[in-house]
Amino acid sequence: MAVGKEIKTQIASIQNTQKITSAMEMVAASKMKKAQNRMLASRPYSDKIAKVIGHLAHASSEYKHPYMTTPESVKRIGVIMISSDRGLCGGLNTNLFRSFLKQVLAWQAEGVEVELCTIGKKGTSFFKNSGLEIVSVLTDIGDTPHFDDLLGTIKVMLDRYDSGELDQIMIAYNHYKNTMTQVPTVKQIVPMEASDMQEMGHHWDYIYEPDAEAALGALLVRYIEALVYQGIVENNACEQSSRMIAMKSATDNAGDMIKELALIYNKARQAAITQEISEIVSGAAAV
Amino acid sequence: MSVIHVDVVSATEEIYSGDAKCVFAPASMGEIGVYPMHVPLISTLKPGEVRVETENGVESIYVSGGIVEVQPHTVTIFSDTAIRANDLDESKAIEAKQRAEEAMANAQSDQEVSTTQAALAESMAQLQLISKMRGRKG
Repeated sequence: MAVGKEIKTQIASIQNTQKITSAMEMVAASKMKKAQNRMLASRPYSDKIAKVIGHLAHASSEYKHPYMTTPESVKRIGVIMISSDRGLCGGLNTNLFRSFLKQVLAWQAEGVEVELCTIGKKGTSFFKNSGLEIVSVLTDIGDTPHFDDLLGTIKVMLDRYDSGELDQIMIAYNHYKNTMTQVPTVKQIVPMEASDMQEMGHHWDYIYEPDAEAALGALLVRYIEALVYQGIVENNACEQSSRMIAMKSATDNAGDMIKELALIYNKARQAAITQEISEIVSGAAAV
Repeated sequence: MSVIHVDVVSATEEIYSGDAKCVFAPASMGEIGVYPMHVPLISTLKPGEVRVETENGVESIYVSGGIVEVQPHTVTIFSDTAIRANDLDESKAIEAKQRAEEAMANAQSDQEVSTTQAALAESMAQLQLISKMRGRKG
């Protein structure tokens, strides 16, 4: 019977799509677990460094590192923009870019220039045509980011800060709240904000080896690297969970479409049978 | 008896956390031993071995550089890449040393010399630790 042949092929093609999306959902779910673990594993390091820096800020040191002193006026901001390498993860990247662009407009209204360091392919291709200057790019970090890969890009930014070309460094990434919610976040990392530093009652100072400048410099650079690493790992967890949700709803939608099409197909088949019977009956009555 | 709390962390994981009698770390200006009530100190680390002496024995951890922060009752070691000393691969260390020596012979600029020197120091420290651990095992 030739009834509804097109509908049948359509159902088959949707079924194929559904298979792919449900497989992607499962892959993303298992990757999300790993990304979450990685996120948790990297927390002790950055938490502890933050604590030491909190102590430092309140230790009565004679030496103040440039990363800890706020410049008088901000003319140029460098932003480390973290995005995913791959798509099909819902509105994750677009939401981040959109909220970041709003911020950029606010800065530009105040006469502040913005330059970017993009991590991830999506951000790189999005901001290529945005008119903002991109000073460094890092792509293909994969699911397990390596610390070594980041050092170059971070150094580019810090060197520009050291030479006075930048007055502030920010980081933009998706903050992982839970599986359902990811919050686009733009955070200042250099100079360190006062809120990063905890209150301490008494005043004292460390002994620095080899000297205050070298020891503090090494510590602060590591802290900044840890923050960026944390941002990347967190963004990765967001990417996986967002992809999982997106693929789950795609699978559900495919299921709904298949149901509807099956109903249409059955109705058409029924109508064809009824027509055939009535033709036979009326033919017999005519004889 | 007073104890000192020790944390050894790297960017990707927490390597050691617990109380100890004393800690030894390869600070940039020579190895330091830290007992409870030590004066606050921040120092950079050279590649080498961190030894944590506890009630139950000695824990040995290899660090390839990093930072140590000392407070009267806590020591925090930020390791750049800390791997358990037992996991160190000796052949890799020798290979790395050979590569570093080769590169040193061909080194051109000052920057190259200093990076190869750092690589050499690191693989030397790894080798020393491995031979030491061999000796301990008997």
